[in-house]
Amino acid sequence: MEWTQLLTGVFYTIVFPGFLFASTVGLFLTWVDRKVTAIVQSRVGPPWFQPYADIGKLLAKKMFIPRGSQAIGFLAAPLLAVAGSTLATAIILLALLHPGSDFVGDLIVLLYLMVLPSIALVIGGASSRSPFGAIGAGRELSMILSYELAFLLSIFTVLIKVHSVRLSDIVAYQGAHGAILGSVSGFIAFVVAMYSLIAKLGYLPFDIAEADTELIGGPLAEYSGSGLALFKLSRAMMFFCLPVLMVILFLGATTPTALSIAGFLLKLLAVLVIIIVVKITHARLKLDQALRLFWGYLLLVAIAGVVLALVGW
Amino acid sequence: MTNRLLNWCFKKSIWVYHANAGSCNGCDIEILDVLTPYYDCERFGIKLVHTPRHADALLVTGPVTRQVRERLLRLYEAVPDPKLVIAVGTCASGGGIWFDSYATCGGLDKVLPVNIYIPGCPPRPEAILYGVAEALGLVPAQVEAQTYVEA
Repeated sequence: MEWTQLLTGVFYTIVFPGFLFASTVGLFLTWVDRKVTAIVQSRVGPPWFQPYADIGKLLAKKMFIPRGSQAIGFLAAPLLAVAGSTLATAIILLALLHPGSDFVGDLIVLLYLMVLPSIALVIGGASSRSPFGAIGAGRELSMILSYELAFLLSIFTVLIKVHSVRLSDIVAYQGAHGAILGSVSGFIAFVVAMYSLIAKLGYLPFDIAEADTELIGGPLAEYSGSGLALFKLSRAMMFFCLPVLMVILFLGATTPTALSIAGFLLKLLAVLVIIIVVKITHARLKLDQALRLFWGYLLLVAIAGVVLALVGW
Repeated sequence: MTNRLLNWCFKKSIWVYHANAGSCNGCDIEILDVLTPYYDCERFGIKLVHTPRHADALLVTGPVTRQVRERLLRLYEAVPDPKLVIAVGTCASGGGIWFDSYATCGGLDKVLPVNIYIPGCPPRPEAILYGVAEALGLVPAQVEAQTYVEA
């Protein structure tokens, strides 16, 4: 009995909702992102296998450990990023596929796991002994501090409405009462969560830590070969699991019927399209502007959402 | 099998780093043209990266001045294997009109092992794309290497 449990756990983590499945789907979504960007810029864009070819090439390349860097931190950071995003994806998808197999408080575990890729960027950048890495790590830390509070408050709104910190309870509540997005406080929380989501993914206008044009990749500047590939995989998985989490939290329930599954995919596509369109049409904010946005206007809006949820709107 | 797959990946995804080794900026402007939506090099998997650690190919322009030689060597060492070096323009291919100047090394192949030369002053964007594609084996070569022996 124990062995079978262990084996299913390993299977869940490595193969099906976990690493292999999530990275394959995530890389495909990265292609969708690049293709849509190309179409908007009236280009042809990359072929569908482009992200897979990129990862394969990076895995085959030599990896440098820069002279004078903290080798352990430098090597552990990509693994930490992949571990965090793999576990987060596994928890989210298991709650969606087997309602009831999740545990009380999985949303809280998830909140911690989803910070891991960002923390890994900070560790990797800080231990790479590159000025670009150091500045990027500092900026990434500031960004974590700025968007996490708004994200937590928007999730808090959902928890107040549902009275439970369990993903399948949230799905069941929306099945009974309609989508959380439909209420005033739910809509406010969704908007705030979308802002923090883009910042969490490190996409424009919040790619302040990487800033290709000024920091040449920030924490990733010194990574080559498989280290870079692992960071890219982790980012691809987050690009898959965070929109799925948004759909679960705000956009209504999913039941195992064909219509509902098609609806789920449409909702996922809608969230992705919002992220991609914002990414294409916006320029990068400065660090102080992003901090002012998240700790100023968005914080006020998020607090208003929490108060409205407490009142019962 | 795995080797063939990885080779295929390398051909389909080439990230270039652009280095100016004393060029007059003519070739650099043409390289920037390649990256515009009109030529859209992303459809071949070619992408400009901003750090040599991510790069697979070095696009070098200019006749390699004496000042830039050491930096170019360090740059070459910073690119992880396997890597390509592409000499863009007449100056990088053979020194151009500076081939015997005291101030330059007279061409990129005096400093680094060059995989492919793209001559032209400056080469057209199509020529640069064609050269990179030829270096990767995506298109057949139009000119064969020839050696001449003086009788």
